Amino acid sequence: MTLREILEIIEGKTITENINLDQEVKMGCGSDLMSDVLAFTHQGTVLMSGLTNPQVVRTAEIAGIQAIIFVRGKYPPQKTIDIAEEKSIPLLASKYTMFETCGRIYASGLPSCGVFDLTSHQWDAKFTGDE
Amino acid sequence: MSIFWELPKRLSMKTEKEELSPKITKLKELTYEIKIGQAMTKDVVSVSPDITMCELREVLQANRISGTPVVENGQMIGIISVEDLINAMGVCSPISTTNNREVTSASQEKMTMASVRESMTMTSVRENMTTTPETLFADEPLARAVSKFNKFHFGRFPVVNRQEELVGIITQDNIVSAMLKHLETSYYQEESLIYPTDRILTDRILEDLIADEVNLILRYHVNALDFDHAGEASSKLKKTLIRLGIPPQIVRRAAIASYEAEMNLVLWGEGGELHVKVQPDQIKLETFDTGPGIEDIEKAMQPGYSTAPEWVQAMGFGAGMGLPNIQTCTDEMELESTPGEGTHLKTTLYLEANASGFLGEGATRGRETNPQAFGHA
Repeated sequence: MTLREILEIIEGKTITENINLDQEVKMGCGSDLMSDVLAFTHQGTVLMSGLTNPQVVRTAEIAGIQAIIFVRGKYPPQKTIDIAEEKSIPLLASKYTMFETCGRIYASGLPSCGVFDLTSHQWDAKFTGDE
Repeated sequence: MSIFWELPKRLSMKTEKEELSPKITKLKELTYEIKIGQAMTKDVVSVSPDITMCELREVLQANRISGTPVVENGQMIGIISVEDLINAMGVCSPISTTNNREVTSASQEKMTMASVRESMTMTSVRENMTTTPETLFADEPLARAVSKFNKFHFGRFPVVNRQEELVGIITQDNIVSAMLKHLETSYYQEESLIYPTDRILTDRILEDLIADEVNLILRYHVNALDFDHAGEASSKLKKTLIRLGIPPQIVRRAAIASYEAEMNLVLWGEGGELHVKVQPDQIKLETFDTGPGIEDIEKAMQPGYSTAPEWVQAMGFGAGMGLPNIQTCTDEMELESTPGEGTHLKTTLYLEANASGFLGEGATRGRETNPQAFGHA
């Protein structure tokens, strides 16, 4: 799914300059926990987040996040925008809540990042009794 | 343990240690990159519902396949397999209804086979097929197929477009072949695509260095509670590792581990040092701090365990995932801490094991040429 399509689906706006809207993102992740972003995403993920501090962009760079969408109409501080411009990570904005932003994009066919081993190990240990 | 990722595991040669530690592998990423439509067999043999089971047997045998979709007026209405054929024979066979098996002589057997064959001409595919079969969409990622093969233990899934028209068929062998093909063509391209302008001339510096022992040491200083620059050391490290020609997947793991460790130095360690030793076969990543130390290391290693105050959580950290994340991303991890004195984290990522993990000998073993072949249902 391209960023252009995503912008249409969430009726969103761009924050950083000169974004190539035809770039493809392969999957999506919604999280305000940066460690979860590091653990549960793949290269080429678009991140939905309500957190707007510079750490979001740094986390995105490390994890290979392709673009960030700030939800609930949040606008990031200038420092965040500066780092994003420097790292060429597109920032987008959505007026919808985290749930609706993710829901709209997922329902339009962008898959999630899937179930990770780390999750299934814990899941099995807690709920099915297997290791 | 989930069987969702059993397929990639089977593909790679792994040591016992690696088997135990969950990995973010290239193969997992690939299952999202490749679409089912790219992996499926496009020339599907299909049959009409009105042919007899006897004719079906000939179709399956002639094409060396173990199952096939049933199509009527362009729409797929069911699927039929060798198993259905065997079940139909069981129902029709007189042997299955008699208790007196001892008397089966050669001539009787001949007669029985003849009568089975005859009865197979009386029953149609429509009566024996599975209706409303599970299907996959051609535009879905391969990961959907992997999970569906794990959920339903079928040998194949018909692939349809969004208009529900049959466009192909996919088996587990198709998945393996498609992933291997993709790996071969994209592995070397990918490195240069990610940071095309950021490369220096030599492709792999480490391999070009001639010495009895190569040891490249990178040191970064991390300041306490400096949130404007927190993460910068890891960002620099990531760029440097890419320039050194380290495979991108390993760079990503090293960068995540170092970023989590760096955040620990910033938040808890009262600042510290990040030392990275790059060798041709491994990367050693260590942090040193003279902070308060960790009271209970075992507890700190549990996913979700956190002592973080609210202001740390407001920054998106302190969810108790830092140390488990580091463990997931590295091959070896050692944590030494003395309360009141400081913490020393030692981790190692192996370069060789991972390279052979998905491109080595083990990856190509067990490859099948005929995806719909008998015996691979």
